[in-house]
This record gives sequence, structure tokens and C-alpha cells, in this order.
Amino acid sequence: MKTTVIQFPGSNCDMDAFHVVSHVLGQPSSLIWHAETALPPTDLVILPGGFSYGDHLRSGAIAARSPVMLEVKKHAERGGLVLGICNGFQVLTESGLLEGALLRNDNLHFLCKDVNLKVENNHTAFSNAYQKGQILRIPIAHGEGNFYADPETLARLEGEGQVVFRYVGTVQDAEGNPNGSMNDIAGIVNARGNVLGLMPHPERASEAILGSSDGLGVFESLLSTLANSALVK
Amino acid sequence: MNYKAKIYVTLKKSILDPQGRTVEKSLHHAGFSSVRNVRVGKFIELELSGERAEVVGQLEAMTRDILSNPIMESVRFELEELVLSGE
Repeated sequence: MKTTVIQFPGSNCDMDAFHVVSHVLGQPSSLIWHAETALPPTDLVILPGGFSYGDHLRSGAIAARSPVMLEVKKHAERGGLVLGICNGFQVLTESGLLEGALLRNDNLHFLCKDVNLKVENNHTAFSNAYQKGQILRIPIAHGEGNFYADPETLARLEGEGQVVFRYVGTVQDAEGNPNGSMNDIAGIVNARGNVLGLMPHPERASEAILGSSDGLGVFESLLSTLANSALVK
Repeated sequence: MNYKAKIYVTLKKSILDPQGRTVEKSLHHAGFSSVRNVRVGKFIELELSGERAEVVGQLEAMTRDILSNPIMESVRFELEELVLSGE
């Protein structure tokens, strides 16, 4: 699984994502700077978390218009896999690769804590290692993760199974939705199924020593998706 | 011709503005009890030059494509001619 992690000025989860892919999964991966105008040969592009360009104008807005994003769009148009985590999700909505927008959390707080995520759709390239309905414990760290879409878009995302991860309350943590997201949405995939954005950080929950390895399934899903597509070829 | 543009970006009317709501509560606490419908937005100003129609076209494009996100925000701008000293 050749992976490219994009580094924007202000990215701060780039090394975490790189670590999980290269050291936990042992896959070839590279880091490239946002000013690059070409991607190395790659199966998966990761847009990492952080505060690209200091969240100036709108979170993800400036990064979405940086030179490398033209190449990321071409990669997505060719059917290449793109994973946007936290700020990466914001970059994906700002660039039009995913629908909707991420508003300020409704409680105005920056939230840094573990949440419960329900796997709504396990028939995607990003979630096939999970069971449908499985509950994952994964951290969030964001101030603007309040997913918003107009009613027609929201209905289509729900109807087409594009809502992949949803915040859910449990007995231990009855709160559930932390930020006011419509329909408790935490992560969506595009209609074609090759671009996924989520606010929680699977790369921070990929090793038991760090408290949870529930997030590793996202990367394992991608690995098995690529292995299976190679078999088909 | 040189122009100054004043650009106003606010959350769409249909979107709840939690920041505006918080500011409104604070104003009420301070005794400004008749205050309502507080909306907090962004103000951007910039200067540019060209024929007026061309400048308006550029502003329409940049406010729609970059300076606002039409999914969640409304945007409008005002344009004034800049008279440079000595002219």
C-alpha cells in the first residue's frame, strides 16, 4: 500500500499517520510538502490533522487551494484512495471532494477526548475490517467538526450509505454527539467510494499501548481493499 | 481605476450561529435587554484595480470561490473608488 501523507504548514498529525502506515503496518510511505506539483506513485493519499495555515479564513480553506491539491483531485478522479482525517476532512469539504461543510462546534468548545463511533457502513474501502454496528473508541481533537449539509444532500448521503461513522452514546458515555453534527455524522465517503473524511483520529488509536487500537481497522481495511483489487487485476 | 472593496461574510440565516447567541446573552447580562438576532461574521477589505465591470466580476468570483463557503455562508461586498492623493 504505497501511501503519501501531505504536509501543509500547520499540519501536526502527519507524522502520526506516517508512523501507523510505515511502522505499524510496514507499508511504504512518503511525506510530501503541499507546494509539490506531482505525487509520487501512490495508492493512498492521506490529508492529516492539524491546523493548516493556522485555520485562517476557514479551517481547510487555504490548504484546499494549495498546489498539491490539484494532484490529489486528479488522483481521486482516477479512482485513487484519499483519506482525510480531522483537518484533512475539512480540506476535503473545502476542495469539493466531499459534500457538506464543517461548522464551529455548537458548544463553541475545542474538544479533545475519546468518543464512541458506530460503524454504519462496513462495505467501504475504509471500513471493511469492521463489523456493521461495531462501536469504536477513538479520540477527537477539533473546534470545527459540526457537520452540516443542506437537507437534500443530507438525505442523499444517508440514502446512499455514505455515512460511514456516526457518534453514538453508550452506557459509559451517554453524551454521544459531541459537536452538534447533523444526524451525529462523524465520517462520510463520496459517492464513488474512494474518498473518505472523518473528524476522529484513527491514527491516534492504532496501537494498544496508546490506549486503543480501534482505529487501525481503517488502515487495515485499505490494505485489504488494495490486496483484493490486485488479485482481481 | 483603483477601488477598495469591503466584503462581509456571515453564516447563512438558516444556520444557527452559536457565537452570536453567546454574544447576545452577554449583551443581555450587561443590560442591553432589547438586543436580538446577533450574528457574528467576518469583515475583509482589499484594494484592486481595473475597469469597474471587470473588478465587480473578479470580486464576485473571489467571494464565491475563496473568501466564502457558499454551503454555510452568505457574502456581499461594497465597492468604493480610491482617489489617490495628488490626482
